[in-house]
Amino acid sequence: MSFAYAPGTPFEKKALFDINEAVPSGSYTAVIGHTGSGKSTLLLHLNGLLKPTEGTVRVGDTLITSETKGKALRTVRRNVGIVFQFPEHQLFEETVLKDIMFGPLNFGIPEEEAKALALELIELLGLPADVADKSPFELSGGQMRRVAIAGVLAFKPSVLILDEPTAGLDPQGRREIMELFERFHREEGLTTILVTHSMEDAARYADHVIVMHEGHAVLAGPPEDVLTDGTRLEQYRLELPRTVRFQRDIERLIGGPLAERALTEEKLAALIAQRAGEQGDGR
Amino acid sequence: MREVLSMDTVSFAYETDEDVFVQAVADVSFTIREGEWVSIVGHNGSGKSTLAKLMIGLLFPAGGTVHVFLEPLTEDNLWDIRSKLGVVFQNPDNQFVGATVQDDVAFALENNGVPYETMQVRVKEALAQVGMSAYALHEPHHLSGGQKQRVAIAGALAMDPDILILDEATSMLDPQGRGEVIDLITELRRTTGLTVISITHDLEEVLLADRVLVMNQGRLVDSGTPESIFEQGSRLQEHGLDLPFALRMSELLREAGLPLTGDHMSEEELVNELWTLYFSK
Repeated sequence: MSFAYAPGTPFEKKALFDINEAVPSGSYTAVIGHTGSGKSTLLLHLNGLLKPTEGTVRVGDTLITSETKGKALRTVRRNVGIVFQFPEHQLFEETVLKDIMFGPLNFGIPEEEAKALALELIELLGLPADVADKSPFELSGGQMRRVAIAGVLAFKPSVLILDEPTAGLDPQGRREIMELFERFHREEGLTTILVTHSMEDAARYADHVIVMHEGHAVLAGPPEDVLTDGTRLEQYRLELPRTVRFQRDIERLIGGPLAERALTEEKLAALIAQRAGEQGDGR
Repeated sequence: MREVLSMDTVSFAYETDEDVFVQAVADVSFTIREGEWVSIVGHNGSGKSTLAKLMIGLLFPAGGTVHVFLEPLTEDNLWDIRSKLGVVFQNPDNQFVGATVQDDVAFALENNGVPYETMQVRVKEALAQVGMSAYALHEPHHLSGGQKQRVAIAGALAMDPDILILDEATSMLDPQGRGEVIDLITELRRTTGLTVISITHDLEEVLLADRVLVMNQGRLVDSGTPESIFEQGSRLQEHGLDLPFALRMSELLREAGLPLTGDHMSEEELVNELWTLYFSK
C-alpha cells in the first residue's frame, strides 16, 4: 500500500511508499524508526483512521482500500484498540468510571457489563479502588495514563496498538506500564503492535520487528536478526540495543562468539556466566 | 561563588477538596550558587515539579522562604525576578505562540518592551546560540521535538537570564532530540557559565550535573555529586532514576553465579573486571 496526504492536489505529499508487510496474528510486533520515518502514519492505517491512497490494508477479514466506507471501518475499530501518545489528553468524562465505560457503551456493550469490566480494569491496572468516582483530572499523570489505557482495553480489542505508550513517564512508571501490556498480551492472547523509539523495549518484548525509514518498510523479521544488524540499523539512523552492544564488547574481549545472541539483560548475564564457567573448567 | 537561589524550610500543600490538603513539598532547604548545574530528581509525584513552580513564583510557599538573587520572592518583586529566569517546560507544543521561529523567540522581549532594533539583534544571537539560525522563518509546529525545545531555550536565552530552569524539558523527546538538548546545555555552560537547574529523570543529564538533589515524598532526602548519588547503586530506583546499564548487568551476573568485587558504573569497568577475573586465564 501507499499513502499520500492531499493526493491529486498541488500539496500532495507522499508519506508511505509500497509497503508490503504482514503482522502475524498473536505476535508482539515492534515498529521502530527514526522520527518522521512514517511509523505513526502506518499505524493510523491499521484501524482505518487513514485509508491507503493505493493498494490495500487487510485487518482480519476486512479489506480497507481508498474506497472503503463507514460500516467496514466500524468493524475494524471494534477490534483494534489504539493507545495514542499521551492518551491522558483524551480523558473528558466527569468520573474515571464513566471515562472507562465510554468506549464499551459506544460499541453497544450493556451498561452493567461495561461497569463490571471497568471496575475490574481499575484493579488490574493497579489504580486505587476509590478513583472510580473521582474526576480523572484529580489524578496524577501516571494514574491518568492508566485510566486512558483502561478505556482502550475496556472494549476488549483483539489487536492492541501502542504508540510510544511510556513517553514522559519516569523509569518506574515506564517499566510498570510495559509489564502490564506484556501481561495483557500473554493472558488475553492479543496481537500487540508497539511503535517505539526504544530499541531496548523492542528487544525485550517483541517477537517480530518492522523497521521504517523515510516512508518505506526497509527491514522486517525476528528481533534476533533485525536488532543485531548493526550495519543496516546505522543506515536507518538507529542504534543497536544496549545488550547487543555489550555482547559485542564481551565477544571482542574473549575473541569469539557466545553460545547465542541475547536480547535481554537476563539472558546475556546467563550466557556470560556459562562461558566463564566453561573457561574455568578447561583451566 | 555568590548565591543565586535558595529555599529555606519551604513547605507547600495543594488543596484537593475543601479542607483536604496534600503535602507536596515539606521542609525543603538548599542553596544554589552562580554557575552551578544542579539536577533535581525524584519519582513522578515526589514534589520536584512543585519545587520548580515555587522557584518561579507560580506558587508561593505555605511555610519558609524562597530567595532568588538574595531577595525573598514575593508578589511585588515577582516580575522583576522572573525577567532574569529562563524557563523551559516539558511539552514543546504547549509553549509556542509565534507564527515563525523568530517571532516566537521575540515574544518575551516584545512583552518586556525591548526596542525593535535591540530585539532583532537578541533574537539573532539567541537562535545562533542554539544552532537554529537557518530556521528563523520556519513555522515552529513543523520542527522536530528536539528543534522545538532548542527554540524554546532560545526564547529563554533572548532575555539574557541569570538562571535557566528546565522542567523535564527532555522527557517528551526521542533519543536524538534528547541528545541535541543535552549537547546544547553542555555547550552553553562551557561558553557562558550560565546557572542551570534541571528537573529530570534522564540518567545522562543527571551525570553531567555538578550536583544532584533527590526528592522523595515532598522531602529533600539526599544531595551530592552524581558520583556519590550513583554509588548508592540499586537505591537509585527509589529516587525515580534508572540504574545505569553496567550496574544492572553487574547485579544480574552476580545472580547468575559470577561474584564480582563491586558495583560497576561504566561498561568499561565491568568488562575489565570480567576479563581479569574470568577470561584472562
